[in-house]
Amino acid sequence: MFKIMYKKELSPGIFHMDIEAPRVAKKAKAGQFIVLRVDEKGERIPLTIADFDVEKGTITLIFQVLGASTMQLSALNEGDSIVDFAGPLGQPSEINGNMGTVVCIGGGIGVAPVYPIARAMHEAGNKVISIMGAKTKDILIFEDKMRAISDEVIIATDDGSYGVKGFVTTALQQLVDRGEKIDQVTAIGPGIMMKSVCDATRPLGIKTIVSLNPVMVDGTGMCGGCRVQVGDEMKFACVDGPEFDGHLVDFNNLMSRGRMFREQEAKAKEHVCNIGLGR
Amino acid sequence: MALVLEKHKMPEQDPQVRAHNFQEVALGYDEETAVAEANRCLGCKNPQCRPGCPVGIDIPAFIGKIKERDFDSAISIIKESSSLPAVCGRVCPQENQCEKNCVLTHKGESVAIGRLERFVADYQLDKNEEVKPIEFAPDAQKVAIIGAGPSGLTCAGDLARKGYKVTIFEALHVAGGVLSYGIPEFRLPKDKIVKREIDNLQKMGVTIEVNSIAGRLFTVDELMDEMGFDAVFVGTGAGLPHFMNIPGESLNGVYSSNEFLTRCNLMKAYDFPNHATPIAMGKKVAVVGGGNVAMDAARTSLRLGADKVYIVYRRSEAELPARAEEVHHAKEEGIDFKLLNNPVEIIGDENGWVKSLECIRMELGEPDASGRRRPVAIEGSEFELDVDTVIMAIGNGPNPIVASTTPGMDTNKRGNIIADEETGATTKEGVFAGGDIVTGAATVILAMGAGKKAAAAIDEYLKSKK
Repeated sequence: MFKIMYKKELSPGIFHMDIEAPRVAKKAKAGQFIVLRVDEKGERIPLTIADFDVEKGTITLIFQVLGASTMQLSALNEGDSIVDFAGPLGQPSEINGNMGTVVCIGGGIGVAPVYPIARAMHEAGNKVISIMGAKTKDILIFEDKMRAISDEVIIATDDGSYGVKGFVTTALQQLVDRGEKIDQVTAIGPGIMMKSVCDATRPLGIKTIVSLNPVMVDGTGMCGGCRVQVGDEMKFACVDGPEFDGHLVDFNNLMSRGRMFREQEAKAKEHVCNIGLGR
Repeated sequence: MALVLEKHKMPEQDPQVRAHNFQEVALGYDEETAVAEANRCLGCKNPQCRPGCPVGIDIPAFIGKIKERDFDSAISIIKESSSLPAVCGRVCPQENQCEKNCVLTHKGESVAIGRLERFVADYQLDKNEEVKPIEFAPDAQKVAIIGAGPSGLTCAGDLARKGYKVTIFEALHVAGGVLSYGIPEFRLPKDKIVKREIDNLQKMGVTIEVNSIAGRLFTVDELMDEMGFDAVFVGTGAGLPHFMNIPGESLNGVYSSNEFLTRCNLMKAYDFPNHATPIAMGKKVAVVGGGNVAMDAARTSLRLGADKVYIVYRRSEAELPARAEEVHHAKEEGIDFKLLNNPVEIIGDENGWVKSLECIRMELGEPDASGRRRPVAIEGSEFELDVDTVIMAIGNGPNPIVASTTPGMDTNKRGNIIADEETGATTKEGVFAGGDIVTGAATVILAMGAGKKAAAAIDEYLKSKK
């Protein structure tokens, strides 16, 4: 059993949880993910690591309530436990001190997994410019954390309630327009956002890394459900990724595959609503 | 006594009924049938069955005890050699192993060794006896086993019985490996059989840690240098599924057999939404491949409610790698075998879902490297199979996580760990390996055989080190 040490609703439907998993915390690196199960009948859900604390022995997860499982997870409180927690999984981000200027882009709750990557890039001595995107000001997360480890933070909201009005690509374009020399972009967020970022950086020849979160079952390199088309190759996000060269990723296929279980997801949510969250 | 030429039949669920439920297909012998079947054994002076068993069970001896109705002794004899008899009695390909060389096959059918093994194993499980914990010496040496599948469990059982303190590290949340995620409930019941066999190992004194990703949570070097283990056995099993590299494999409605079976067996998607993991599938399913896994996926599809299920296999019936019994069961349940057909493209609809599977007819040419006649496409014979779900059951590559984090442990060009066939010794001192991670996809019993040989070799190695 893995205990929930801290819980906070950051904005409506978006939760921060610290889970006690000292062995995982000791080994976790920026860019990796974990797989958890809420209860004995639960599904295995992959979540990217948003932070880790070796001393406290905790892993921070940020998740948005979308389906039945995240709804159940969100109903648990500090002191409650989940049955399974496995990780760290996936390849860590490739980070060194000679990356130059890196633009770290997080859209929605994608800001959370971008945070440890941006922090590691910053700690390695690179110039980090962060772009944080949200629909509206109220659901923006991790602003203080991002400011603490970035040389500059640009915020973009769809409705213009905070920062630049527009998408993360609008903010990125401003950087380009002002003549900022960008050596790498790392973008994490919804598929359509990552696709737009890649479409913007491709003609400029800026190396762009994206972190993918496709459907997975085991997450350890066995089921093959997380396969993604990267250039001419079929790759598996769980062991080859989750980070890939964004210019080579077939985002249309990724997004289409993300809808494969939509009908079942609706049914599962209805089921959990009907019988209560305890299943 | 007149020779009975045929095996005693084992009762089975009616095919029409069982095709729609997940209960076990074969129901097992009762006592009288078991004794009658045991009496068919001639008790050869020079038994040909025993060399055929990958774990070397003393087959004539245990059958002799069944004749005497001494079932307790019968199972004790089996357990000297096998840690998982109730599993082996169900899923071993006995017809290619012990039963193949039975002297009775000259005249008729062999003794039903597998069914008898199953009978005594179930007899003992049903008695729910206390399992005596092993008393380990305070200075007992420690062995780490990576992967709680057939090879790891066997290796663990043998080493614990020799007095070593064994910890198995399992990546998934449940032990059993392919016994839990791969082989379906209707062939190998999970709670009734797999879980109980594993529980018994734990009661005996084997420690199993689930949710433990070796290679990520700790490396093999850390196991030996920091965590106090004196030897390591790597039995990580099958890894990433193979696909055919044809267009359309990323469409929705396409699964690897690993994913499809894991959803159903390990995650119990057949009980969705009560269990949270779903399977999205249509009513017409094509399973590509001809092995046991393909049969499992096809028969599982039927039970999940498919109306029409095809096996698409590029060679002919004679080359099907699946056990004859599995093919027979699949046909009885109404699986449609499209033999000598090879998929060339999966065609999708406007929503990105599978609409059909384009195949080309094949004919058999000259024998290839495997000795089987090579299938050759018949030009211009393409046709579309009307399906909405495609399951690729054409094998697996190795999982890269442990090998890539273990310097000094060499792999071959396919990524399989290089290990001595007789001892399982890898190129790294103190590290042994066996099962599918070494051989590529094979059977439960071959993996168990490898685990057993490695346990003996680890014993030798640790004695020499002490």
